[in-house]
Amino acid sequence: MRVNKPAQLTKLRKELVAAEKKHAKKIMVCCGPGCLANGAARIVEELHKVLKKKRIKGFKVEALKETGCHGFCQQGPMVVIEPKGTFYTHVKPKDVEKIVDMSIRKDETIKRLLYDDPSNGHKIERYHDIPFYARQQRIALRNLGQIDQYKIEEYIVVGGYKALAKALTKMRPEDIVAEVTTSGLRGRGGAGFAAGRKWSTCAKAEDTPHYVICNGDEGDPGAFMDRSIMEGDPHSVLEGMVIAAFAVGAHEGYIYVREEYPLAVENLKLAIQQATEYGFLGENILGSGFDFTLKVSRGGGAFVCGESSALMKSIAGEVGEPRAKYVRSVLKGYLDKPTVLNNVESYANVPVIIDKGGKWFAGIGTKKSTGTKAFSLVGKVRNTGLIEVPMGTTLREIIYEIGGGILDDRPFKAVQTGGPSGGCLPEDKLDLPVDFDTLTEAYSMMGSGGMIVMDDQTCVVDVAKYFLAFLVEESCGKCVPCREGLFQLHGLVQKICDGQGSEEDLEKMEKLSDVIMAASLCGLGKSGPNPFISTLRYFRDEYLVHIRDKKCPAKVCRELIRFDIIDEMCDGCMACLPACAFDAITGKKKKVHVIDQDKCTKCGACKVVCTRDAIEVL
Amino acid sequence: MSKLPEIFGRYPQTPQSLIAVLQDIQKEFNFLPCDALKQTAEYLSVPMSKVFSVSTFYNAFSLNPKGDRVIRVCMGTTCHIRGAGQILEQLETRLNIKSGETTPDLKFTVEVVNCVGACAMAPVVIVNEKYYGSVKVTATKKLLKGG
Repeated sequence: MRVNKPAQLTKLRKELVAAEKKHAKKIMVCCGPGCLANGAARIVEELHKVLKKKRIKGFKVEALKETGCHGFCQQGPMVVIEPKGTFYTHVKPKDVEKIVDMSIRKDETIKRLLYDDPSNGHKIERYHDIPFYARQQRIALRNLGQIDQYKIEEYIVVGGYKALAKALTKMRPEDIVAEVTTSGLRGRGGAGFAAGRKWSTCAKAEDTPHYVICNGDEGDPGAFMDRSIMEGDPHSVLEGMVIAAFAVGAHEGYIYVREEYPLAVENLKLAIQQATEYGFLGENILGSGFDFTLKVSRGGGAFVCGESSALMKSIAGEVGEPRAKYVRSVLKGYLDKPTVLNNVESYANVPVIIDKGGKWFAGIGTKKSTGTKAFSLVGKVRNTGLIEVPMGTTLREIIYEIGGGILDDRPFKAVQTGGPSGGCLPEDKLDLPVDFDTLTEAYSMMGSGGMIVMDDQTCVVDVAKYFLAFLVEESCGKCVPCREGLFQLHGLVQKICDGQGSEEDLEKMEKLSDVIMAASLCGLGKSGPNPFISTLRYFRDEYLVHIRDKKCPAKVCRELIRFDIIDEMCDGCMACLPACAFDAITGKKKKVHVIDQDKCTKCGACKVVCTRDAIEVL
Repeated sequence: MSKLPEIFGRYPQTPQSLIAVLQDIQKEFNFLPCDALKQTAEYLSVPMSKVFSVSTFYNAFSLNPKGDRVIRVCMGTTCHIRGAGQILEQLETRLNIKSGETTPDLKFTVEVVNCVGACAMAPVVIVNEKYYGSVKVTATKKLLKGG
């Protein structure tokens, strides 16, 4: 059906809400990336089967919903039963029948499947009461886990496209730009450029046509919030883009999605098709006379294509090499025409800003960083997952209150923010408020919002090496400082990890970093040395131990450690023999085993299988 | 090569369709056969040099055939600190190939992917399209056998 006027949309929403209310109960299965990896699709399949078999009175199959990422990935696969918000964790296909019998047919809760609060061992029934959720405020992630990711009707029920109707019929393009400017929204892709300023420059640009592009490349390792939004709530991105297009006078747009996210591509294409059928995209949107078409463009698996000028080249079917930005892409972007490019999370915020007003949005967060920010909280933290908090929340609150502290109660070492362009912050920075400027001042950055927590078993020198290796591989090679500089920097860090480094190397690396940052063409090179610089700044001692003592305190760097068997602990069970892919362990049954140090690659497989803790790392 | 006209038909005949067309060819054949590249260049009126530079620039494309089972080890930061490197090393040793290579019998290809966005389940290994989360370094034998 096509919606031709805002009044028709309001009527449709009322009907859909009324139909929705008829369901006494709803089953929501989280089908986010994490839960899918843990078998959520099987749960959905099983639910369909059991519900069909049992035919429960008053329960219709439409009330079974496959939602986007609920956020608490550590606990997946998750099943939520509304309206109570009963939250079942680690659900297995064999639990499905019981869930249907107990919680759908009757109104009973299965205690075994509830979330265990690790702080007191109590079971928590409703997800709102779990500390992980209780401290969050969700704007960009507002619909994730709440609506079926495949149905536009679900989006309309929660108020979807209401903001679009308001923007197209009650506002002029300049009013929209003004509202976004008032909101103080800054680009959520990481650089934090004011969205209002970007939009207003593009709107005023004389050259035509104008384009609107969504950056869904999200190449930062450790970040997956954009993926979750594109998969779980694609319409909020679409709605934000149409509003942007109307504001800047664009009639054509692209969503660039990285190659590694096939489900996001599928869901976005489906959403575009649905939105076009309903008249929220295409010609004469909502009867306003405004036209806008949107296409999904798949990336080819190149990290540098997250950079705006490279991304636009890639959409045009070319090699994704960045250009020097003497002229900003708002004036000369895609096909050299004025282009507004924002990331997924930025667009997802736009409908809420238009709906509730820029002032409301500006009231959240800090003065210079308004609103909320989504983070993927991962690494050695107890509660990993997707979170959204007001800007200005401290790292400590995020890691200890929402994240539940460090895994296995080990000591905290560092938190890495901002991906390969960011840095590692030590414990004394934990009370810093998380916003664009504070993180940059602390020599890290917001980046796309990956937050990787590290404990004492993580070697920061190794982490710096990891990021440099990543960047060496992903550098497009167009400019020399980035291509050659990062390569040399990586080689020097490798030297330190191998126990061959000297203190002069550190000086050399600092100088080299300065050159790379000053002379590189695009953001990849300009911020490439950041992981090295920040780890050196905050963990210089660890570098020095590697250099002077030839030791790796975290016992990670291969050349500086060895695996050995503690004779008294080994009972000769032979479990470690087949685990070693390198035939480095020999031994007979009930006799103490021996590791051949020449063959051992220090992979640690033997340590994983040993049940007696007989393998030590020296 | 008989599939090519159908793939070409899905996109407008402009140079801008190049990456999309190559992606479909890669999906169809599991790599980019030389003939297909030539025909693409001709169809889209793009010089062969450009088709070649695009096919070698992006990680998604391969000029060599891939194995029946493509094993991709995620090397995102979280996977890295949770031991993905060791898993990769085990796979490389057991198959006697380096990452990016295919076994001579065309059964296995091992690749590295820089983050698939399933960080909460780190380390992650993907065999063809199937995700395996929280993979232990000792699980490689099982992965090669078929999970």
